[in-house]
Amino acid sequence: MSGAHGNGHGAGVPHEPVFTGEPLRRLEALFPKYPTKQACLLPALWIVQEERGWISEPAMAEVAQVLGLTPAYVKGVVTFYTMYHRHPTGRHVIQVCTTSPCGLCGAEDTLRALLRESGCGELGATSPDGRFTIVEVECLGACGFPTPVIVDEDFVESVSPATVPALLARYA
Amino acid sequence: MGWPHPSHPIEEPVLSRHFGDPAARTWDGWVARGGYEGLKRALGMTREEIVEVVKASGLRGRGGAGFPTGLKWSFMPKPSGKPHYLVCNADESEPGTFKDREIMRWTPHGLLEGVAIGCLGIGAERAYVYIRGEFTEPWRVMNAALAEAYAKGALGADAMGSGRRIDIVLHRGAGAYICGEETALMNSLEGKRGNPRIKPPFPAQAGLFAMPTTINNVETLTAVPHIITRGADWYRGLCKASPKSTGTKLFSVCGHVQRPGNYELVMGTSLGELLWDACGGAPEGREIKAVIPGGSSVPILTAEEARATVLDYEGVAAQGSMLGSGGVIVMDDTTDMVYQIWRLTRFYAHESCAQCTQCREGTAWTAKILERILAGQGKPADLDLLLDLADNMTGKTICVLSDSCAAPVVSGIRKFRHEFDAYIAGTREPVMAGV
Amino acid sequence: MTAPAAPAAPPGPPAPPPLVNVTIDGVTVQVPPGTSIIEAAKRAGVLVPHYCYHPSLPSPAVCRMCLVEVEKMPKLVPACVTTVAEGQVVHVASPSAKKARQGVLEFLLINHPLDCPICDQAGECELQDFVFQEGRSGSRYDEYAKRYNPVEEFGPDVLYVANRCILCTRCVRFMDSVAQEPVLNVSERGDRAFIGIAEAQRLDHAWAGNVVDLCPVGSLISRDFLHKARAWDLDKAASVCGGCSQGCNVMLDTRDDVVVRVRPRPNLDVNRHFICDHGRLDYRWMNRGDRVEVPRVLRDGRLVDAGWEVALPRLAALAGEGGGPVVLLASGRASVESLGLLRRLVGDRPVTAAVQVPLGEEAPLAGVPNLALRAERVPNAEGARRLGYVAPWDAAVDAAAGAALVILLDVAVDAALGARLSGLPGALVVLATAEPEALRDAALVLPVTNLAEETGVFVNRDGRAQRYSQAKAAPGMARPAWWVAAEALALRGADAPGTAAQAFADVATAWPAFGGLTHADLGHTGRVLPAVAGAA
Repeated sequence: MSGAHGNGHGAGVPHEPVFTGEPLRRLEALFPKYPTKQACLLPALWIVQEERGWISEPAMAEVAQVLGLTPAYVKGVVTFYTMYHRHPTGRHVIQVCTTSPCGLCGAEDTLRALLRESGCGELGATSPDGRFTIVEVECLGACGFPTPVIVDEDFVESVSPATVPALLARYA
Repeated sequence: MGWPHPSHPIEEPVLSRHFGDPAARTWDGWVARGGYEGLKRALGMTREEIVEVVKASGLRGRGGAGFPTGLKWSFMPKPSGKPHYLVCNADESEPGTFKDREIMRWTPHGLLEGVAIGCLGIGAERAYVYIRGEFTEPWRVMNAALAEAYAKGALGADAMGSGRRIDIVLHRGAGAYICGEETALMNSLEGKRGNPRIKPPFPAQAGLFAMPTTINNVETLTAVPHIITRGADWYRGLCKASPKSTGTKLFSVCGHVQRPGNYELVMGTSLGELLWDACGGAPEGREIKAVIPGGSSVPILTAEEARATVLDYEGVAAQGSMLGSGGVIVMDDTTDMVYQIWRLTRFYAHESCAQCTQCREGTAWTAKILERILAGQGKPADLDLLLDLADNMTGKTICVLSDSCAAPVVSGIRKFRHEFDAYIAGTREPVMAGV
Repeated sequence: MTAPAAPAAPPGPPAPPPLVNVTIDGVTVQVPPGTSIIEAAKRAGVLVPHYCYHPSLPSPAVCRMCLVEVEKMPKLVPACVTTVAEGQVVHVASPSAKKARQGVLEFLLINHPLDCPICDQAGECELQDFVFQEGRSGSRYDEYAKRYNPVEEFGPDVLYVANRCILCTRCVRFMDSVAQEPVLNVSERGDRAFIGIAEAQRLDHAWAGNVVDLCPVGSLISRDFLHKARAWDLDKAASVCGGCSQGCNVMLDTRDDVVVRVRPRPNLDVNRHFICDHGRLDYRWMNRGDRVEVPRVLRDGRLVDAGWEVALPRLAALAGEGGGPVVLLASGRASVESLGLLRRLVGDRPVTAAVQVPLGEEAPLAGVPNLALRAERVPNAEGARRLGYVAPWDAAVDAAAGAALVILLDVAVDAALGARLSGLPGALVVLATAEPEALRDAALVLPVTNLAEETGVFVNRDGRAQRYSQAKAAPGMARPAWWVAAEALALRGADAPGTAAQAFADVATAWPAFGGLTHADLGHTGRVLPAVAGAA
């Protein structure tokens, strides 16, 4: 249960800088490992997401400023990668693999069960209680363990409709 | 041993010997199992000697392309004052493939050792291991192992007391299949969109940060310590068919089999034995209909073709497909081939980086046509159109994602045309809502 | 300065490497090693269709439109990034290359709105052109097309119509590599990709407008030009930008004798393929309606309209030989021809000559050496200096109080300058484009043409003399200032030029700084004048 996602930072709220104190120290510790600051972009975005649960436009601009890039450049990179959330999410984000190998083994049934049991109803939506956001993702690289699901930073193998309620119960 | 199933007699566990054994994850556990012997030995060898051993072993890239590893290392320039980089491709995301994940989860030190030896083989002092963002558990395990390796002095400014510097940096991806393509991976590592690059320049000339770079797959590098300790002859001797394909290979089997999982086989083992013996064939009461032998990007085999296939680079090619990454996707007689091929094209449409026109537009268009067919709105001309689009998408783009989308469409229509025809003729119930 | 490709080398450069022979669609050409197939093809007279390639941008080889067949190569290759090799045989028009390009065109069109009737780019659209040239006659696309919000405002003058975009990324690369201010990006991926911008920034770089020219389709459009004219209704004239002393080569586009657009004209030595937004948008003065259209002469204490036949003898008399000191005050927009002939007109008299040069902020284009919007906001200050217009401006204005004759050539006269030039003891002759409202007591007001209405030469800050051509008709009786001076000279019996070319030759012969050059010598891209120590 490592996720600290979805803490209610919505659009329109003034941006509190992420890179002060400990997060800044974590980022600066990475600089010597790469010949360019730009190479720290993906790690910096991960830090933002860990701290805030999602990556807002002002946060992209802050990352740009810290790394000597432009906001548009950072946004182009953020939108390339599917794991960066560009909107606030529920407290727990669930990624469900439905690519062919898992699809052959019932991943779509598992996904439907997750959407139903979590109360999310549809993909990308947050459940009314604010607990879950469910997204469909492409191959999670665990095709021998259908259906693999990632909850926040927890990788869970072999989820089936039958095990969905117990899985969700682990996340408050 | 195999994983997560018990080992099967046809397996030859080398890399997978300690899968499922949590004690092997730690420094002490790994050393107790003979770990880091290879690195110690390599530190006493010249760069050229290391490359020669790897060349002589016949080891070929396990990521999909099968390029001879020693030869790749030999392309790296002589020392020139420029930094050289080794990049380990741990962005395993080819549908059907899940072997690198197990290597990192269970034997992280085995990979770190291989990466360190790789650095020595190409004259690099720093390596980056690019681990896909979704691999949360391998990420944690690898980080713990890396911290241990530094604490024990195996890595750093004075690796194993040799006076040589070997640094390894773990870098986390963020969700993009295309970053498994080596030049896209380099761009991603540099903090860019994961767009594949045009070649030349090749990575050995100007790769990561425009410096001479070698990129190797996780499985490839993990095999290297074994080759160093046990010798090239031993490795080359692991060969049941073509002498150009040596050693063991991890095959990930998924889909409609009784015992999915990873199987480590000597090159040249029969695919039929793997599927029908080791994996127990299709689930009870069903028959295997089709097999994609090398990850989702390679042409589909029928069950008969699969039974006749020898699992090495040459053997799978002889059946008109490719060994690829060794991800074997099995489909039984309940499988709707049209639906599965559509699902694959949707994957590629989702993952296209958007650079090349044919890929950006062609993958999405292909998926839309298949959706229409599945909705019962297909037209007789659609199959020819799909084949012509596939032709326009093959061999014309910077990387092969576009080709990979076309491959299952072409082989699917060729081998299972009647299933497409049934939707188009209206003799099969539509499975999708139309538009 | 004449070698087209070789960069400046230190003294005693090594002999250039031997040229490479390459055959393209049956035509063999010799090109320097390292030349791309697409550029070699141009020399062979073959245009390889392309979208992402642009000679002034890095090549990403992403549109895949320029795929060509090269003998002995297993696959089609992109002509933009494949360099020529000795003996290479290239087929641009082979069936396989054509099929590949037809495939690309079909892919590019599946989501394209085909709203050509309301698209500014229609008529000069590379998608239209190449589909017309070799596309399929119909689409096989039977699905729904993707649609974005119709128009996004990227900056003050640049609008983005995402539906028309073909993702060639020229605009992104221009901002990245040339402007070096990456405010545009490719957002998302796959067929969801579009050109994006961050909330925090606008496309307001001083050279941003170039993305509109670079866009091969009607996706990036200029608000200034929006729905103003159809491309095929425009007349085009090769000109030189009047906005500053850089001397960027431009095309003046006119419709019905109105300048409606300024676009860059390639000159690799001056502005490559670019112009700044100042130059691009600073053209409305060329269309001013408050023009002096008729010569006016002083009669009974009032300026009254008169014909040239009345005005020219007056000018000839006032500027006649043997008179007192003359002050020449000229605009930095005046041509070499006009500046030179005015000097000749008052040739033997003591002359104080000065050029008016308004100043502004410099705005360099980072990725191109020696290219900037220059502080001197006129095109011909250097030409004027080389013709002896070297007096300090204020001193020259002061000198007017002691002059027998003061001639103004298209000088911008504000109230303060007007006051300083009123009540002069000598005669005041004003050669004007716009109405000289602040000048009440001129003896002669003579209508002259502006740069859009005449042919002439400017000398840029680096001493490059460049010719510009007439783009529209002159209003009323306005004539080029050189013609006015020449006619007055002729009245005095001198041998005077009758055309701009003759006028330039006349000046270039008289002034060593111009080395006897002719209009023909200047060609389309100009010539750097010989360095002359102390042109004054």
